[in-house]
Amino acid sequence: MASSNSLMDSLFQRSLEDLIKGLRLGESTFISRSLEEIRREIKLTDLSTKSVALQKLSYLAALHGVDMAWAAFHAVEVVSSSRFAHKRIGYHAIAQSFSDQTPVMLLITNQLRKDLNSSNEHEVSLALECLARIGTDDLARDLTSEVFTLLGSSKALVRKKAIGVVLRVFDKYPDAVKVCFKRLVENLESSDPQLLSAVVGVFCELTAKDPRSYLPLAPEFYKILVDSRNNWVLIKVLKIFAKLASIEPRLAKKVADPVCEHMRKQNVGKSLLFECIRTVFSSLSDQETALKLAVAKIREFLVDDDPNLKYLGLHALSIVAPKHLWAVLENKEAVVKAMSDEDPNVKLEALHLLMAMVNEDNVTEISRILMNYALKSDPLFCNEIICSVLLPCSRNSYEIIVDFDWYLSLLGEMARVPHCQRGKEIEHQLIDIGTRVKDARLELVRVSRALLIDPALLGNQFLYPILSAAAWASGEYVEFSKSPYEIAEALLQPRTCLLPDSIRAIYIHSAFKVLVFSLGAYFSAQQPTSPPLAQESTSSGHSMVNGFTYNSISSLVNMIELGLCSLSGTIDVEVQERAKNILGFIGMIKHEIAEKATSQNSETEGHRAIAFMEDVFSEELGPVSSTAQEKVPLPEGLELNENLEGLQEICREVLEPMAESDYSSDKVSFSVAKLRIRDQEEASSSLPPPLESSSLLAEHRKRHGLYYLSSQKSEDHNDREGNDNNTSNEYPPANEISVDSFKPKKKISKPRPVVVKLDEGDEPKRKPDASSSNDESLSRAIQTALMGKGKGKEKEKEIVKENHEMNVDTENIEQSSRREKKNKKNGERSSKRSSRRQRGKEASVTKPVEVPDLLL
Amino acid sequence: MILKICGIVRIPPLSKIRFILLQNRQGKTRLAKYYVPLEESEKHKVEYEVHRLVVNRDAKFTNFVEFRTHKVIYRRYAGLFFSVCVDITDNELAYLECIHLFVEILDHFFSNVCELDLVFNFHKVYLILDEFILAGELQETSKRAIIERMSELEKLE
Repeated sequence: MASSNSLMDSLFQRSLEDLIKGLRLGESTFISRSLEEIRREIKLTDLSTKSVALQKLSYLAALHGVDMAWAAFHAVEVVSSSRFAHKRIGYHAIAQSFSDQTPVMLLITNQLRKDLNSSNEHEVSLALECLARIGTDDLARDLTSEVFTLLGSSKALVRKKAIGVVLRVFDKYPDAVKVCFKRLVENLESSDPQLLSAVVGVFCELTAKDPRSYLPLAPEFYKILVDSRNNWVLIKVLKIFAKLASIEPRLAKKVADPVCEHMRKQNVGKSLLFECIRTVFSSLSDQETALKLAVAKIREFLVDDDPNLKYLGLHALSIVAPKHLWAVLENKEAVVKAMSDEDPNVKLEALHLLMAMVNEDNVTEISRILMNYALKSDPLFCNEIICSVLLPCSRNSYEIIVDFDWYLSLLGEMARVPHCQRGKEIEHQLIDIGTRVKDARLELVRVSRALLIDPALLGNQFLYPILSAAAWASGEYVEFSKSPYEIAEALLQPRTCLLPDSIRAIYIHSAFKVLVFSLGAYFSAQQPTSPPLAQESTSSGHSMVNGFTYNSISSLVNMIELGLCSLSGTIDVEVQERAKNILGFIGMIKHEIAEKATSQNSETEGHRAIAFMEDVFSEELGPVSSTAQEKVPLPEGLELNENLEGLQEICREVLEPMAESDYSSDKVSFSVAKLRIRDQEEASSSLPPPLESSSLLAEHRKRHGLYYLSSQKSEDHNDREGNDNNTSNEYPPANEISVDSFKPKKKISKPRPVVVKLDEGDEPKRKPDASSSNDESLSRAIQTALMGKGKGKEKEKEIVKENHEMNVDTENIEQSSRREKKNKKNGERSSKRSSRRQRGKEASVTKPVEVPDLLL
Repeated sequence: MILKICGIVRIPPLSKIRFILLQNRQGKTRLAKYYVPLEESEKHKVEYEVHRLVVNRDAKFTNFVEFRTHKVIYRRYAGLFFSVCVDITDNELAYLECIHLFVEILDHFFSNVCELDLVFNFHKVYLILDEFILAGELQETSKRAIIERMSELEKLE
């Protein structure tokens, strides 16, 4: 702030060039100094000074992140100048800095109007550009008539820009359609390619949002498709047709020919060729000739050296893969070659294509190859590979897996891949397979044991979910294990202190299950009549189970006690509670074991206690559908409609302990949760039973009879006998899955499995409400403009119906996925992107009813 | 499509082109034109991310990368990266052509353009860009037409 400088400053304003030069020499202080200067200069009345200051400010704002919102009013001043140079600077500043919140927005309306009506086409174009960038609802509304005039201007340049602006105006102010649409359509017949390109561009955007409204314009577009020689225009028209043809199949037939014509041309530009191919693949794939031609052309792309073309070729193939897998199979070598390309994009596309090709016969081979790749790749790609192997294999309840033993060992292998970060998915699948596929449980326990015993794995935090699944499986299916002692030891090894508490709790609980099982075996070993055990000793591995001697059982008990002693004082209540439970149980049972060795009395306290505990764990846990809650028929006497406020007190007591302890670990024993729910039921049914409930139930059944199960049993009213047969009514008959009976399994309808884990968050299934109401009014306006008044109302109803159809559609997707048969190998397997969207829809549809397993 | 990270402003699925960036290898932005409303902080984040994405890619790789829920099509000319962000459904090859056209025009206008030219004449560059692309849509594809326009505008100054 030297005073000597200020004289210089006031006499000579720094121009933009000086500013830039100064910036290049030294940064931050220079910026703040310049800003001060600018602030001073911009307040002066001389428009030239103002505009230079504004220009400098724009520069700083654009490239150095300086805020220029405070200069909004000055920008308006500058724009009002009559000199073109000033106007330009002003409009540029406005376009750059104005937003919907700028308070002085109102002030420019008039200025814009003046400039739009100006005879100087450059001023007009400036104004149009500005409007295009900052148009608000008010501006759009106020300036519609000017835009309308300009749409018919004789100067092509102006018309072109007006067309560009129209899109924005339509978006902000749908009623503008009534005024401008006709002129817009007129421009479709123009011969000037630039104009045409602008108009077609506008329609391209409009059809993307709402194709149905623009169907009547198809003939015009067709003419352009056939006549035009300009690649840009053709590409845009193709995009329009892609949207239109997907809703109007007859159009597809008509359009196929011109598209083929374009593809066959000698010197067709690659971009146009690609767009043709893409259009064919996405919307015209039913047209035989077009499809074959496109596939032939795509082959050229795949073998080209240019990585761009290779990538695009693979990308296009992935669009067509779901419906026409033969196209992908034809180009298998190219795909495999692309897997070893250096570019990660190319590799990724190749990977997805490879997985699209997988079916029953080659799944083992392909997985083997991919796992080898995974070991050699960087972490990111490795995880992509793992993910893309997991997904198709688990699709439709493991449709393509024939050999579950092999698949389980593959899952175990994945856990050992160094970069594996897909713990959650693997965990889910391990448990899922365990509950669904009875014959695979032996292998599952074997794999789990291997994972549990290895102390090195406990250090890798990405593997924790897998370890927790392994622990749960080992505990739940301990009857299949060769050595329960080993398992219990692995579960309680000292290194488990590295695990987070929630998983530790699972480990301990599994150890409990192991203990109960062993004790049961030990106690009933003396008894000649022990039917339950006889059932389970189906394989040779079980003969050891019955061989629990006093020594072995007491060493097991002691080991468990030792392992848990230290935990009885931990901070985490989960771990502490379970440790104490087990220790208490052991304390109760210990002397019984000792007694057992000496006495021959079969019916001791110990026996009863053990038998009781065995019962608790003996129910088979099955997979629970996300819609299972809906299927529960209303129990007698349960009033759903009445206000349940009185239950607040009771419910809170019951629900809270459940929420605390069980939420962290999903694998709580099902029966324990059931006990609590039973209490809740009893509490709720203490209300006077009105007669309505049964009639409500009958009504419900009538409407949704499809979803009601044949038997009257609901999950809540299961008997305590621990009989497997009870559960098999509601749950899928997991017993029947084996190598041979794979086909019959599919015929039985199963509850839809929750296969997909949306790690990155849900995708919105439809446009959010705010925009859709706007879009509806826009499409309604367009309908009226195109059809005339008479049919306008019809179209309105159609639109409403269409929205409803969209709702129904997502339901249909759900239904059809439930009843899916295994017959189609290639059909209906979605490619990654479309399936993500579809699954996103499905998942979000099922999300509201998805209940955590334990709450049933 | 809704931009996931930008929680402040919802970006309307309106313009085909979302933004154009010219950045040098060090990450300095020489030109930034946004066709969607974005806060200042968002703009900075975007510029930083795009630069990181683009500068690490080998020359032999494809010229398209996925960026958030969109695509960035880029090409390197000498020390400058020209990046254009478009929708996922857009034709990549066409936009590569578009970038090349822009570079050709700049070359013609500034006679063997170099980065310094762009730095000192940033307003002219913006002008050219505005003739070329309006509201995120490509509006003029003829090099001749744009150059004629520009010379007309120059006369007015």
